[in-house]
Amino acid sequence: MFKKESKTGAVTNKKSGLSDTNALLVITLVIFVLMYTGAITILGGQFTKWQTFFNILNGNAYLIILACGMSIVMICGGIDISLGGLTGLVTVACAVYLDEKGGSILVSVGIAICIGLAFGIVQGFLVAYLDIQPFIVSLAGMFFARGLAHIIRSAPFNVASETFNSLKETRIYISFLGSVNKKGVFVPAYIEIGVIIAICVAALMFMMMKWTRLGRNFYAVGGNRHSALMLGINVKRTKFLSHIICSLLGGLGAYVYFLHIGSGSGSNASGAEMDAIASSIIGGVMLTGGVGNIMGTFFGVLSLATIKSIVSAAGFNDPWWTNITVAIMLCFFLVIQSVVMARKKKAAKK
Amino acid sequence: MNNEKKVFSLSGLLHHQLFIPVTALVLLAVFNLIMDPSFFSIQMGLNSEGNHILQGYLITILDYGSELAILAIGMTLVTAASGGQDISVGATVAIAGSVILRLLCGASAREPELQMPIILAFLIAVAVSMVFGAFNGTLVAVFRIQPMVATLIMYTAGRSIAAWINHNQLPIVTDKSYSLFGTIIPGIPIPTPFFIAALCVTAIMLVLRFSTLGLYVQSVGINEKAAKLNGINPVAVKILTFVILGMCVAVVGLIKTSRLCTINYSVIAKDIEMDAILAVALGGNALSGGKFNMWASVLGAYAIQFLTTTLYKYQVSSDALPAYKAVVVILLVIFSAPSVREKMAAISQRREARKNAGKEAA
Repeated sequence: MFKKESKTGAVTNKKSGLSDTNALLVITLVIFVLMYTGAITILGGQFTKWQTFFNILNGNAYLIILACGMSIVMICGGIDISLGGLTGLVTVACAVYLDEKGGSILVSVGIAICIGLAFGIVQGFLVAYLDIQPFIVSLAGMFFARGLAHIIRSAPFNVASETFNSLKETRIYISFLGSVNKKGVFVPAYIEIGVIIAICVAALMFMMMKWTRLGRNFYAVGGNRHSALMLGINVKRTKFLSHIICSLLGGLGAYVYFLHIGSGSGSNASGAEMDAIASSIIGGVMLTGGVGNIMGTFFGVLSLATIKSIVSAAGFNDPWWTNITVAIMLCFFLVIQSVVMARKKKAAKK
Repeated sequence: MNNEKKVFSLSGLLHHQLFIPVTALVLLAVFNLIMDPSFFSIQMGLNSEGNHILQGYLITILDYGSELAILAIGMTLVTAASGGQDISVGATVAIAGSVILRLLCGASAREPELQMPIILAFLIAVAVSMVFGAFNGTLVAVFRIQPMVATLIMYTAGRSIAAWINHNQLPIVTDKSYSLFGTIIPGIPIPTPFFIAALCVTAIMLVLRFSTLGLYVQSVGINEKAAKLNGINPVAVKILTFVILGMCVAVVGLIKTSRLCTINYSVIAKDIEMDAILAVALGGNALSGGKFNMWASVLGAYAIQFLTTTLYKYQVSSDALPAYKAVVVILLVIFSAPSVREKMAAISQRREARKNAGKEAA
């Protein structure tokens, strides 16, 4: 908590020339902290417990991974809306493999990664080398994945494999954080394995985007592909790689999702691509490419999840409110971005 | 042979856009003719109310393809003007249908009599859809957000809004006259949606013929800055196309709800955005905007429905259907991709050059 608050102090620096990336990141952080403290003070109750925060993490670990992939593609100037469909397909494929073939966990992880890789190669090739709009390609990818999942198995089913379920039930307890329940017994807070994976992935991607040549290339190509070409960057290959990384993370995120809910269904994770795009945008990734930060995306996911739980905690239990608030939030951030861009253009003209 | 040559030369492509959807239709027809000629049989039957009605796969295509054709009209204009597609049409169809049913059935959702004339309810739904269209259009034109991302907002929220309008109840229209729009008018054995589609197509053709809409839309799509310098307001044109799409959406909402006299918020018009985009693409219109051909899109819509009906005939479940269509989309975009087209054009040019050389030598 302390770290986040110290970051918000950067708001005062805003006028002294923050870059777009940092400005948008700061907006995200401020909104997240405001939202969470607001929830604690106004709604109180469950939000004061550490476990509520960790539950948000547990439920959205997969989304953190998917959003990281989405951010990378978006920073590189593309978009990938097949991630939700991919997640559904992976859950079905892994569930069928574990249940009917009695396969091992390790191979099922391999299957997830391979499905991701296959999607990445096909979509990346079509987008990068044939110059087809990424939206159309991944729209087709989404429908293909969902359709294929239903061809493999049309009815949702739970996995019975014992090794898988023991892995699914594994909890990592954090002994120093927790809350006292009604009986006065101290209950330590816990997280699932997926959260560890998600945080590792986010950290890795953050470092890659910040300090490797490939990461810098993504920014360069997304910012201005012509000048990137002039600088001697292989634009097509960079785009291709961005799609491959995104779909690979999609496969991994799908497995984390599978580990969280433990059932295979073609309609799993419906709208996950939407949530991933929304969290990336909330986290300060520009749709136009070239601007963004994985850390922002991380907090974008948390903001999105927090607002969802606030909406349900505030008594708007009807199922439609979540979707409507997410849409409003997305709209709000899109408009902010567009205003930022318009201002930047004006400044450039002067 | 003559026809093929025209398609492979680049300038011929633009003039003979109808070639693509017609070829698709012919291919599908030939496939069905070989596999099972009974596909084309049409019988005169009786529906549950004792009215004469034509039955057969071709009639199904005519019936459901009409919904798609109406959407394709709006989608073509949006595509041409903004270079992107509206992926929220399915969700906004749900909204339009929900509005109509809310107005007809009243707050209790089970009123035995219509609460207002159908035409009035429909007009209000048109207005609501136009507002949502204008919302999408504003995000695209004023805030310069990519159309597909801007419409992602309504794609997420649309079905939820539709459920919210009726408080998640299932209103049922008991009045028989409401079902005329989606089924048949007694005495006329052809499904009504076909006539509605014909009306819409005629209207848009007249508009394109006698107004500058088509010209403006194309010039904005081809070069926005040049259009602006020529005194066209690109923002207004783009918003207008989205508003027109909103009108089309409301018509489809009427047909869809009229078929069942009720609504299922999560299923109504599911995946129809994919079909509408596919219709535009199959019509040979560039998905990146610019020139368009309305007839080609309308034919493309019927070709898509032909494909869907063919797949249904071979027991492909509705959930698995998108996988097959996705393959078609990918093949289509590959063949219409600029880099692939250039290569094809280069090959055909070489062939022509060789032929000319042969002629000269002779």
